Amino acid sequence: MRAFVEFSQQVLSGAALGCIYALIALGFVLIYKATEVVNFAQGELMMLGAFLGYTFISLFGLPFWLGLPLAVVCMAGIGGLLDRIVVRPIVGQPVFAIIMVTLGMGFVARSGASLVPAWGVDTHVFATPFTGKVASIGPLVASHDQLAIMTTTAVLVAVLFLFFRYTRIGIAIQAASQNQLAAYYVGIPVKTICSLVWGLSAAVAAVAGILLAPVVLVHANMGFIGLKAFPAAVLGGFGSIPGAIAGGLIIGVVESLAGFYLPEGFKDVAAYVVLLLVLAIRPQGLFGEGLRKKV
Amino acid sequence: MHVVRKTSYDQDMRLFAHRGVAFWYGVLAIAALLAPLALNTYYLSQLTFVCVYAVAGAGLMLLTGYAGQVSLGHAAFLAAGAYTEAILQAHGIPFVLSLPAAAAVAAALGLAVGIPALRLTGIYLAVATLAFAFIVEEILARWESVTRGNFGIAVDTLAIGSLRFDAEWKFFYLALGVLVATLLAVRNLLRTKTGRALVALRDSTIAAQSLGVHLAWYKTAAFGLSAGLTGLAGALYAHKIAFISPEQFTIMVSVELLVMVVVGGLGSLHGAVFGAAFIVALPQAIVFAKGVLGISGSGQAAVDAGVFGLLLLLFMLYEPQGLYGRWVKVRYYLEVFPFYRRATFRRQKTYARTERLQ
Repeated sequence: MRAFVEFSQQVLSGAALGCIYALIALGFVLIYKATEVVNFAQGELMMLGAFLGYTFISLFGLPFWLGLPLAVVCMAGIGGLLDRIVVRPIVGQPVFAIIMVTLGMGFVARSGASLVPAWGVDTHVFATPFTGKVASIGPLVASHDQLAIMTTTAVLVAVLFLFFRYTRIGIAIQAASQNQLAAYYVGIPVKTICSLVWGLSAAVAAVAGILLAPVVLVHANMGFIGLKAFPAAVLGGFGSIPGAIAGGLIIGVVESLAGFYLPEGFKDVAAYVVLLLVLAIRPQGLFGEGLRKKV
Repeated sequence: MHVVRKTSYDQDMRLFAHRGVAFWYGVLAIAALLAPLALNTYYLSQLTFVCVYAVAGAGLMLLTGYAGQVSLGHAAFLAAGAYTEAILQAHGIPFVLSLPAAAAVAAALGLAVGIPALRLTGIYLAVATLAFAFIVEEILARWESVTRGNFGIAVDTLAIGSLRFDAEWKFFYLALGVLVATLLAVRNLLRTKTGRALVALRDSTIAAQSLGVHLAWYKTAAFGLSAGLTGLAGALYAHKIAFISPEQFTIMVSVELLVMVVVGGLGSLHGAVFGAAFIVALPQAIVFAKGVLGISGSGQAAVDAGVFGLLLLLFMLYEPQGLYGRWVKVRYYLEVFPFYRRATFRRQKTYARTERLQ
């Protein structure tokens, strides 16, 4: 019984972390689906989101429920601008060029954040309404932070699902992601859609950043967590939204279990080992479609 | 402007396109040989670094620039070479044997990655190599009985028989020799059937396959060769730095190697050397620029990374052919002066083409 409780506890905390991976992976997938750009700077977008949250809530002293939407809206703007200024000139170039551009964006964002006077290279912490509270579910214990992460992820995914399914813009985004040229022909403003998707993805990243802030603290290198979200997105099959969520959860749970049951050191590589195993069996990821190139 | 009139197919495969090219390479070789006379120890040491990085760059160029396979995990091969060299040397194996062994261990690892990588393309391959590099880094840190974990290994001065490479100029000549040998080897490889198969693989896998290129064989070979060359560079690197630990082979090093070949110019061996020079010179240039502008030295690392990223961005946006591409343009401008037209090198945009499978 005790072993089972321990196991469930690890699964629970793994799932909370996995939700963060899932949110970042969701950002990757949104951008990739709509614009065919693989955004290596997604983790840095999350970092900027967390720093904006810290600025509004801790430095300016705004209430959490005002600071959060403000940071999210700001990040959405930044995401849209990035698309307009940096990514659009390179559309139509090989995927490789775009990867390098987003890697460069990540470098600049990280260095920029550590040069901002009030941000710097130190770690920061800001209080959320969930900080320091703990709930028990039967024998299991979960901090309010973890519960908030899981609830928000669930709500966000539901909202995104409804958005893509039932709104005009959502359907336009789907059309653009299926075939940009055909979308142009039926009158969808594909350029605007791309900026919009970048904004949306940056907004999701900001939410992830602010939720993660109490767990890992805010610092300029927190974007490296994006390197864990990458395996999550690939594991699920790049370009599949349910895949990103499932991939994130799997990676989070595996990592948490490996940290508890296996010797030290396995925690950090568990995600990558699982990824390589899955790719060896299913090269297109768990939920990816097994398409072959046709001539 | 020198126009080469081609009268036979063999001409296309020559090592040097015409005598002028051979002459200028000769001049360059003499300049490199005389460098220790003209430069002080510090600059010579930097030049040695350029040689070492250029060997790794040539390895990655073969894989990414010619065979078109992205690798975000080349630091792992660099580490494999460096650690093999350090451990073998500590066991008293002579350099003449340990250097090929370092390359062989890295190449074996490369083959091990190459075989599962056969089924992966694009982003899946990039992330798989990334995962591989993380695992290798963790193994280096944890396998303490062999690698001494995070304490690292001190590497002795290099010696071949009674000849000790204790002075900077001696090591420089060694690194230069390895670089020249590597470049010649890769250049020669590219002139053969294998080289053309690799380029065909890059340009269109399906077309290559239809022409009878054995995809599995050549992809694996590309990974193995590239990893082997990077391992060679790793062995030299271990001796140059004289101390190795897992922190020297992180994901950032993989990215740096990739930036090196991209900024240098993908698909040209010149690019590998230019890129290596860029990577080594950049931090110095930043320090110099700061001195000129009179900015105090706070947050050096952050500024370095930022400038690095910014230059990468600007290169991709405005000069995707890299430094080598710029060099070709400048040379062409001078050769045809005053008849240069901007459109000669205009980038092709392919909006309708999608790399995604439909």
